[in-house]
Amino acid sequence: MSVIIGFLFMAAVYLILSRSLIRVVIGTGLLSHGAHLLILTMGGFSGSAPPVLEDSVTDFVDPLPQALILTAIVISFGVTAVFLVMAYRAYQELETDNMTLLKGNDEHD
Amino acid sequence: MISVLLLFAPVVAALFVPLLASRLRGIHTGWFVLAVPVLLFIYYLGFLPQVKDGGVHIGELSWIPSYGISLTSYIDGLSLLFSLLITGIGALVVLYSIFYLDKTKERLGNFYVYLLMFMTAMLGVVQSDNMIALYGFWELTSISSFLLIGYWYTRDGSRFGALKSMMITVFGGLMMLGGFVLLYIMGGTFSVRELASMAPELAEHSLFTWALVLLLLGAFTKSAQFPFYIWLPDAMEAPTPVSAYLHSATMVKAGLYLVARFTPIFAASEIWVWLVTSIGVLTLFWGSFFAVKQTDLKGILAFSTVSQLGLIMSLLGASAAAFHVEGAAETMFKYAGFAAIFHLVNHAAFKGSLFMVAGIVDHETGTRDIRKLGGLMALMPVTFTIALIGSLSMAGLPPFGGFLSKELFLTGMLSLGELDLFAPASWGTVLLIVAWIASVFTFIYSFYFVFRTFTGKHKPDLLPKSAHEAPAGMLISPAVLGLIVVAIFFVPNFIGDWIVKPAVAAVQPFMYGSPADVDVHVAAWHGHVTPELMMTIGIVITGLVLYWLLPKWQGGYRAFPEYLTLNKLYDSSMIFAESGMNRLSRSYMNGLIRSYLIYMFAGIVIIVLGSMFVKDAFAVSFEGTAPIGPAEIGLLTVLVGSVLTTLVARKRLTAILALGAAGYVVALLFVIFKAPDLALTQLVIETVSVALYLLAFYHLPKLSRHDEKRKFRVGNAIIAAGVGLMMALLAMSAASQKALPSISQFYKDTVYSEAGGGNIVNVILVDYRGFDTLFEIAVLSIAAIGILGMIKLRLTRKGDQHEKQ
Repeated sequence: MSVIIGFLFMAAVYLILSRSLIRVVIGTGLLSHGAHLLILTMGGFSGSAPPVLEDSVTDFVDPLPQALILTAIVISFGVTAVFLVMAYRAYQELETDNMTLLKGNDEHD
Repeated sequence: MISVLLLFAPVVAALFVPLLASRLRGIHTGWFVLAVPVLLFIYYLGFLPQVKDGGVHIGELSWIPSYGISLTSYIDGLSLLFSLLITGIGALVVLYSIFYLDKTKERLGNFYVYLLMFMTAMLGVVQSDNMIALYGFWELTSISSFLLIGYWYTRDGSRFGALKSMMITVFGGLMMLGGFVLLYIMGGTFSVRELASMAPELAEHSLFTWALVLLLLGAFTKSAQFPFYIWLPDAMEAPTPVSAYLHSATMVKAGLYLVARFTPIFAASEIWVWLVTSIGVLTLFWGSFFAVKQTDLKGILAFSTVSQLGLIMSLLGASAAAFHVEGAAETMFKYAGFAAIFHLVNHAAFKGSLFMVAGIVDHETGTRDIRKLGGLMALMPVTFTIALIGSLSMAGLPPFGGFLSKELFLTGMLSLGELDLFAPASWGTVLLIVAWIASVFTFIYSFYFVFRTFTGKHKPDLLPKSAHEAPAGMLISPAVLGLIVVAIFFVPNFIGDWIVKPAVAAVQPFMYGSPADVDVHVAAWHGHVTPELMMTIGIVITGLVLYWLLPKWQGGYRAFPEYLTLNKLYDSSMIFAESGMNRLSRSYMNGLIRSYLIYMFAGIVIIVLGSMFVKDAFAVSFEGTAPIGPAEIGLLTVLVGSVLTTLVARKRLTAILALGAAGYVVALLFVIFKAPDLALTQLVIETVSVALYLLAFYHLPKLSRHDEKRKFRVGNAIIAAGVGLMMALLAMSAASQKALPSISQFYKDTVYSEAGGGNIVNVILVDYRGFDTLFEIAVLSIAAIGILGMIKLRLTRKGDQHEKQ
């Protein structure tokens, strides 16, 4: 599992560092997947049942990471949406999605 | 207590200055300001009887008690002397400035605010017993000096001079702070008095020499000692009242004060004696030698101030030497300490009056260039008289105060010559000879200053204004100082008993128990011909001859190449530092987000991996890992495959679909890891996301690599691999060890009894962490509003085109 998380992060960082704006946005999506799995892993995998109270079950999975991840999923969706629209806006305004060209100039220091 | 609060009286008064300056334009603001130093001067005069008998006054106001930092007003002989100088000269300078600065043309509000700020700062420096408070006031003097030098900020020279003085004195101030901290480490207290009482133990400490050198750096930069003197000539861009006040009478003497104040602590060190005396004599010579080269009246006075400060510094060094000798020799050095303080008073009087004279000449003729001046004696008789008194006192001639302090100085140097404290035994003799030569040059520049300006041929066609005598008000202050100079000669022992001796007792507590023990009697004529008198006669004769021949050898100064001077060194290093730093920051702040991200990622990787390595936090255990079945293997394969696809995808649709696939796999993983809520949410979100991506991509350009070079991609890959490796190790270690038990058990136990819900995850979200969820909704709303705004906003560029059409 840890290896998969590392792999997800690696791919995400590689995409974020690339020159295309779209790839950067996709990279952030992968990054959030990696982060969610990381939280889940940190909680450990002990337990045999979903964290829902039932009479016969006593051995739950840790519910706390799940609650955190649930929040994170929703937020990351919001972030993705904002990023996408920002990319759209930047492209409309500047007519490029090349990150190298999207840098400040001396007037805007 | 009241004396501490009075330290801040000038600053409090400064609060009202802008109001007075703007409301009462008819009356010169200076008249209101004048009350502050005058009242303080009278207040400090009241301490004289008490201090004369060796008493001290201590006022204390707690500031940061937990660190032992307090605001103190410690008034002993030394600080009283300085306080009287600050307020006394301050009052005269304010009076003078009323006539010097035009109330309609100048921004008087600013000027007097800065001046009052300086007054508080300087009083704070000399009265603070606590080193941290002392440091704070010390830097405040640098800042107010900076503001005052740059008062005419539209001039290039003013700004340059202000910055230069700031750089050098603040550098020294920081060094001094280092010295203070070392003293604190050694002695465990910030109080100078307490440190002085444990001086013998401090001298044994290994940090002692370091503290000494750092402290001296502070003193030398402030008092313009060689090689830091270069800021003082440039500080002459300040209005003349400021030069008279800060840059000759008070602020530059803060360094002398510091040396005097810390003499009881450091006198035990031979390095102290050696450094202070040698640098002092060197500065004395250097300043007087180059003063003759100057053509600007204030330039001459600036170098002369440098030189005189060196003189006092060397005397302070010699007075510390008294600690190292015993018996008969000790009595010889008692003159040194007395001479230092005595000359300090003398110098404040005659140099203050000379600066004011230079200001008057500038004011009435429009120039300070000594080559254009001449023959002003007939036009400005009063000014000439004052200048003559000041200059002859500076040259060390009777019947003026300077003669007496010159004699005492020579006595001090003579006794150094006989002392074999220094490693080369003849060093003391060398100092004596250098001091004598410097005195000759002092004599020359004093004559040069006064006779080139006031005698000779009047050149009215070279002057911007037709010269005439200054208004009476402007002459009051220099005349008062001139009178003091003469008075000191005739009643030196009166000044000595009341002001100098208490200060000497404070500087040399190891010699004197009380001011009354300082058994120095100053006399102009000792009843017989002393070596000092012989030397003075030598100085006068040599000086007169050289002054006579001055036109013949003054050109010799031009033989010194300009680029070898310290000034040039400072200038070029400043320019280099400025452009170099600019280049450096531009080289990494290049505006590319990628670069910044790389710095961040690399930083995170290095810090996390480094700390994991140092703390030995790697841990791998397979306890509690989920069993890996065929389903898991299949899912992970799909995940890896889809992620790889996003990496290499050439079409954007492929990339989007692969991203979606990865998201669904993660959802399935949630199912396997017994998180049904997560899986449901992830499925919904992922579906919406893919739809959103597709929608947005309709408007976005085709996927392009933008000619990413091989090097570029390899660099990215290295960073990415580093982050991946770090995260994998982090996840492994985090999963394998738990420092604290999870809080989850609490939720498990109470979820039904407290919150009445069965689904623990949901209950946590809406109940235990309800606010969190509320804010999450708020965040999403903000995002939605932002998105709406960005889409609806009219394009600026297209808008422009419409307007053009």
